[in-house]
Amino acid sequence: MSHFSALLAGIIFGMGLVLAGMTDPDKVLAFLTLNQYWDPSLIFVLGTALIVTFVGYRLVGMRATPLFDGEFHAPLATTIDTRLLAGASIFGVGWGVAGFCPGPALVGLMTFDPRAAVFLIAFTLGVLVYERWFSLPSGLERSKPRTADG
Amino acid sequence: MVMTIIGGGLIGLAAVWLFLSLGRVAGISGIAANALLRSRQNLWPLLFVIGLGIGGWIAYGILGARPVESVSFEQSLGLIVGGLLVGFGTRMGSGCTSGHGVCGMARLSKRSLVATVNFLAVGMLTATVMGLL
Repeated sequence: MSHFSALLAGIIFGMGLVLAGMTDPDKVLAFLTLNQYWDPSLIFVLGTALIVTFVGYRLVGMRATPLFDGEFHAPLATTIDTRLLAGASIFGVGWGVAGFCPGPALVGLMTFDPRAAVFLIAFTLGVLVYERWFSLPSGLERSKPRTADG
Repeated sequence: MVMTIIGGGLIGLAAVWLFLSLGRVAGISGIAANALLRSRQNLWPLLFVIGLGIGGWIAYGILGARPVESVSFEQSLGLIVGGLLVGFGTRMGSGCTSGHGVCGMARLSKRSLVATVNFLAVGMLTATVMGLL
């Protein structure tokens, strides 16, 4: 059941990304490029997703445990450090150059978009370089079990 | 515009469902890294990723559209440079658009708010400057 849940979450997420236009890097770049052709529509994607998630997380947080797991696994880290700032900035540069972020690129790969394939080969290399030479010893998964607080 | 709102709603719904069913946050850069490197310990990230593809096919079917079928050499250079930076940066910064921008912000995480403002601003600056070149 838990495996089916993950698959279902992926299906709904993938549909959302395509319908929202996030899987088209040209559209994403038209949102990120502030000129006379600026396309603000992706603000509504993030805004709608955020509102639904905010309300949903609060409702789910009333439960003691998830449906198919013994505990909630929300990220624990709270400190704003150099790694967070540098990582987000490096991601921002890459996003602004390519127009892909990881989710839409994975959808693109599996729907045979050649742009996504090129992007993901480099993405995988970037992940491996980080994990091999730059990751913190305990930083593989900064998420530990805890009770739900949304 | 209607489609962007429906799409955004489905993204939120998927994030809520993953939290309700498995108690997991839908951060795709983390899920992708775990699917890639640690599928033997945990199978759900790989299944989520497979689901992304199935959902993509369904949505393209609904829209009656297809992604582009070719990529130019010049465009590939941008995709390679961008891909390397996105792979490295999302691991170092512990998240991407979905993990920080949607899930983390919905949890009112200060880290995610700072990260999201950061990558949106840097992404806009980068794309705008690239557009001028």
